[in-house]
Amino acid sequence: MILFAAVAAPIVAALWCALPRSERAAPYVVASALTASLGLAMWIAAQTLARGSVVAIADWVRVDAFSALILLGIATVTCSAAWYSVGYIAHLRPTPRRLRVYYANFALFVASMLAIAVCVEPGLAWIAVELTTLLSVLLVSFTDTREALEAAWKYMIITLLGATVAVLGVLVLFWAQHAAGGAPFTYAGLAHDAPHMNPTLVAAAFGLLLIGFGAKIGLFPMHTWLPDAHSQAPAPVCAMLSGVETTAVFYVLLRLLALFQAVPRLHADSWFAAFGAASLIAAALLIVQTHDLKRLFAFSTVEHMGIIALAASLGTFSGNLGVVWQILAHAITKSVCFYAAGIVTLVAGTTEFAKLRGLQQRIPLAGSVLLAASLAIAGAPPFAVFLSELAIVIAAVSAGKVWIACVVVLFVGIAFAGTIAKIGGVLFGRERSDVHANDAPPLCTAVCVAAAVPILVLGLWIPTGLGMLIARAASVMAAP
Amino acid sequence: MPAHAYVPEINALLCGLFVLSAFGMVIVRQVAACLSLFIVQSALLAASAFLLGSDPFSWHLFAVGCVTVISKPILIPWVLRRLVPREVYAVREISQALDAPAALLLALGLALVGVSLGARLAHAEPLQAPQNVVVGFASLLVGALVLAVRREAVPQVLGILAMENAAFLAGIAIAPDFPLIAELAIAFDVPLLAFIVAVLTRAVYRRVGSTAVAELTMLREHTP
Repeated sequence: MILFAAVAAPIVAALWCALPRSERAAPYVVASALTASLGLAMWIAAQTLARGSVVAIADWVRVDAFSALILLGIATVTCSAAWYSVGYIAHLRPTPRRLRVYYANFALFVASMLAIAVCVEPGLAWIAVELTTLLSVLLVSFTDTREALEAAWKYMIITLLGATVAVLGVLVLFWAQHAAGGAPFTYAGLAHDAPHMNPTLVAAAFGLLLIGFGAKIGLFPMHTWLPDAHSQAPAPVCAMLSGVETTAVFYVLLRLLALFQAVPRLHADSWFAAFGAASLIAAALLIVQTHDLKRLFAFSTVEHMGIIALAASLGTFSGNLGVVWQILAHAITKSVCFYAAGIVTLVAGTTEFAKLRGLQQRIPLAGSVLLAASLAIAGAPPFAVFLSELAIVIAAVSAGKVWIACVVVLFVGIAFAGTIAKIGGVLFGRERSDVHANDAPPLCTAVCVAAAVPILVLGLWIPTGLGMLIARAASVMAAP
Repeated sequence: MPAHAYVPEINALLCGLFVLSAFGMVIVRQVAACLSLFIVQSALLAASAFLLGSDPFSWHLFAVGCVTVISKPILIPWVLRRLVPREVYAVREISQALDAPAALLLALGLALVGVSLGARLAHAEPLQAPQNVVVGFASLLVGALVLAVRREAVPQVLGILAMENAAFLAGIAIAPDFPLIAELAIAFDVPLLAFIVAVLTRAVYRRVGSTAVAELTMLREHTP
């Protein structure tokens, strides 16, 4: 029941937004509903620690440590994005109807992401993944400019193309398991039946799912929608798309990884490593040459998806630990990057590096958060992402895959240099006088600062409960 | 195996017509004709689901057939025609990324690749209707070509919907007992997709003055 409540809270809020003349309360209703969802996600995480799993409908809707962690990440980021939206969207002065449509879409989009985490049947998970695209397209095109419409169209076409390929993968997977007979069609059932399944069918399903979901995750070379969508969508939408939507879809692939790893001669690990390395290398080089703040953070997402894929390819417990920790650290850090970038957009009216100089004087608090979040996402100590990337490098060396450690160190280093050079240019130096300047909405700045606290805290201290959840999630990943 | 010999024969005919409709979507030059071909293709998918579901009886396949008939040949065209500006459907040529002969040749090549992939899978495990898998994979790749060569919004999305038809044509053969996914996806996802596409296409038309989405090329990495 509690699982349904966590997903239903945003749906109820969306229904509220559909009511006429609800535009005044809509932002607060959605933000409150998502705060309730966060509370429920924390409760669910505590329950999984105590009981191992929370079951709503056996073989359909169930949460274990790994899904509880994903649920917690989604709930945390979407809750802060909702409160940030209250200030950000009001600043854009939309019509009452557009405002209600935004918040209704926002809440339904969150519900679809939460559904990915609670569904253990891959077919249902696929439906939830497709819904995340359909329910976020109009959020990307919210500003209704020619550029925003172009970005939304590209986002929709590429990710729906991926979803169509992925559905065939899910169907082939069902066929392979049905022919082998036995366990129910769930992540655990598939891993159980893996040794008896036809390797040709599993290989076909793997290829279709990797390409299909890879497009949504933003793995190179299917990443092209990411920079366009992130440069045009409102900042809180970027925070959700980048921080949790990509990893929610990656979660589905990771749940199936144990099945693919069990099939001989498929070499799923090598495919993950190849896509991961290509994504990391391409993203690092794109970060160095990009000219837009939000596009930089979008390329950084491609970089982090590559790192997660590389860590998953290790197939060891310490590698899995790195994956889980990286997913969480990336979610909380990337969302803050976009919150700070959103404040820059509101204050300066642009995100082009060429037009941004010396903003630290104008927005000292948000500027400091932008600097800290940029350092954190680039992998600097003592932040959470540094710890997860260090864990992945150590895991790669321990697994004897030194080349993965070298690729991570080298290209994270290049991305770090590119990020810090560009963010330094935005914040320091003489402020440009030809850029119009507005004040940052206080609520946006407050949410930005509050959301930044965990980035530093989790780099210095991991609460016992969270540490246990991460360790159990890594175990579940290897044996669902 | 089916008790009636006509079932595989009629199903093979339906599959043949299905792949022809995919080829037609590559080369027809009018948006309205492209939509008509999609309606025909969706009807063929529903017919194949009813046929395979009749012998041996499968209520899953009958459910897939029913929701396909309601959502794809009826609901989606209705939503697209109602929300997308009428001018888009007016008789006019579509500017394509490739001319018709080149597109047709490429479609043939892709179909051969799809047939080869599908045939390999179709023989991996015994199936009642292996031709659905072969034609499904071939039509999936041809549908991707529709998406690539079309420059207009509606035909691009029809390319995606044609790919989804192809995936489900294979799906009704390889996973006839798949619980819920096909029914739910066709009943809810696809009409929602049509609605979102129609709303976005309308917005593009209002803002740009046409629905030639391939000409929207403002977003790219550039030198300042």
